[in-house]
Amino acid sequence: MNFLLSITPSPVLSAILWIVLFVAALYFARPTAHKLILATGSSLHKMFRTASLSAIKAEAALANRNREVLLAAGREAKERIVEREFDRINETVRKDLANFSALHRNLSESINRIEEDHREAVDVPPDPPGWVNAVEAVAAIDSKDSRVGVGGVLSDIHKSLVKAHKEAMVAYHEASGKRHFLLRKMRPEWRQIQQTLSKVGKNVDSLLGRSATIDRHMQEYEDIVKGEDRAVSVLSSSSLVYFFVSALVMCVAIGGATINFALIARPMAEMVGGTSLIGNFRTADIAALVIILVEISMGLFLMESLRITRLFPVIGALPDKTRVRMIWITFTILFLLASVEAGLAFMREVLLHDELATSALLRGDGAEVIANNYMWITTAAQMGMGFILPFALTFVAIPLETFVHSLRTVVGLLAIGALRITSLILRLLGSGSRYVGVLVAQLYDLPLFIPLWWASRDSKSGHSGDNDLRKVTS
Amino acid sequence: MKIVSLGIACILLASCSPSQPRNSGVYMLIDTSGTYREEMQKAEQIIRYTLSRLDATDSMAVARVDTGSFSEKDIVAKITFDDRPSTINRQKRVFAEQIKTFVETESSSPYTDITGGLLQAVEYLNEKGPAAKTILIFSDLKEDLQDGYIRDIEFDLDGFNIIALNVTKLRSDNIDPREYLARLDHWQTKVEKSGGRWQVINDLEGLEGLL
Repeated sequence: MNFLLSITPSPVLSAILWIVLFVAALYFARPTAHKLILATGSSLHKMFRTASLSAIKAEAALANRNREVLLAAGREAKERIVEREFDRINETVRKDLANFSALHRNLSESINRIEEDHREAVDVPPDPPGWVNAVEAVAAIDSKDSRVGVGGVLSDIHKSLVKAHKEAMVAYHEASGKRHFLLRKMRPEWRQIQQTLSKVGKNVDSLLGRSATIDRHMQEYEDIVKGEDRAVSVLSSSSLVYFFVSALVMCVAIGGATINFALIARPMAEMVGGTSLIGNFRTADIAALVIILVEISMGLFLMESLRITRLFPVIGALPDKTRVRMIWITFTILFLLASVEAGLAFMREVLLHDELATSALLRGDGAEVIANNYMWITTAAQMGMGFILPFALTFVAIPLETFVHSLRTVVGLLAIGALRITSLILRLLGSGSRYVGVLVAQLYDLPLFIPLWWASRDSKSGHSGDNDLRKVTS
Repeated sequence: MKIVSLGIACILLASCSPSQPRNSGVYMLIDTSGTYREEMQKAEQIIRYTLSRLDATDSMAVARVDTGSFSEKDIVAKITFDDRPSTINRQKRVFAEQIKTFVETESSSPYTDITGGLLQAVEYLNEKGPAAKTILIFSDLKEDLQDGYIRDIEFDLDGFNIIALNVTKLRSDNIDPREYLARLDHWQTKVEKSGGRWQVINDLEGLEGLL
């Protein structure tokens, strides 16, 4: 520093001289420096912009891919739903409408019987009474010849009339009784027909309902196949909902697995020892964990074999005979593991009691340990939990499948969001670097205000730099 | 693919490599000399507490301090716990029973050879090789050697925790407390000089930090 200030006898003069030299150097280097600064700003701007465009392209490609994945998943899900609906229709038709011919025959027989009964129940008009002929005979008698005998004849007529009336009434009562009997016989037939028809109606209604559902699903399926935005939007929101719901259920399942682990980890030390380690973990803990994981795996295979889930297409594509065998094998292994767990849960309780008794003895209050008659309840509960939890964990396969499928979409959406933010940041950086270049160029001119002012007086010099700046800022 | 397989194999091998022992060994010396014989009930309590704190593959031995304590014959009871919980509980009960019998039947000793007992303890624990080695000295720390016994020996107590328990004050200590303090100081110096860590616990309510 002293050297710089000692080029002339006066330090102030030296300083002024240095400043003048420095400003002169800056002034003469000004066009080149401006070009360098602006070029750097422009290069950075272009670089960030290119990077931003790449991010936008990646985002678009990812969105496209995500859309395809979403549509494919939606198509597959719809196919499964429609397939199941058809299965149900097939089941309904097979179960209820397969015996339609027998139903039809029953109906025809019932109708025939009703017709026969109805024919027999027709109201036969009673025979005309015998006294009508007698009245005609009386009317034909001459009044002169038979005045004396008319009274007797009328009396006979009266008698025969009363008799005929009685007979007619008896016959009428018999006929009415028979008709009522026939009508009574018809009643169960009517009921049977009514029941049969209502059953048929119910089945037909069910089929109609199912066909309406299939229509709806088919419409949605067509939308998906066409790749309509509405379908994508619905699938996307459904996927998010499935993701969170399945994640929640998975959390519950993890809780169950943890409880299961706590049940068997302690007694497992009896089998594999309590001190041996694998890495930094106790072998007993790892063994317990392995048992639980094997149970979950068996549960997955069982669900796959039952075709409830479709995580492993190989299992779903197996021949039915092999698949059924696999169901039995996985179920047997699961059953055995559940039994082992129940045994370990029992062992845990025994160990716990033993440990409590030993602790009490070591504390010196062994006499205070009282045998609790109700301890079998907790033992039974633990054994029950040990047996049931493996089977309950089997059903983890269902939310796991949903979780895996929806995770793909959710990760895609997150990646799209991240790329969008990256693109925005890159654009901002690009614009920023451009304006920073302009700002630095302006700052460069700041110490040169005197020569610049001087140069501005001369119209031939001083235009190019300003024009450059204007060009950039515009 | 090969690299990935190799990496997985390395991780598995690393995880299966034998790990450092984590067990602990406790050797308790019980002074049976003179009036200290009356404190045996407390010693039993401490042993029971210690037993409750020990776990699988831990070792424990209890030895009396008498005229000549550098002997296996002075070990009253010793055990190395199995790694199965049910067996451990059984072993603890048997050990506690042995100690109870010892406390009830043990007679008073005329001399006190603490150094000999300490040597025996070091030998025992070094042989067992636990990760943490603790020697409990249940005594008033007043060493009283019979003529002819040589105990001016260098120790190697590196890695040992020596805990003096229930260091009672003698009648002479009451007259001149410096004797008591000098006794404690003597043992502390002796232990720390040999590379061990020294601790005194007189309040038996505060045994939580014992192991």
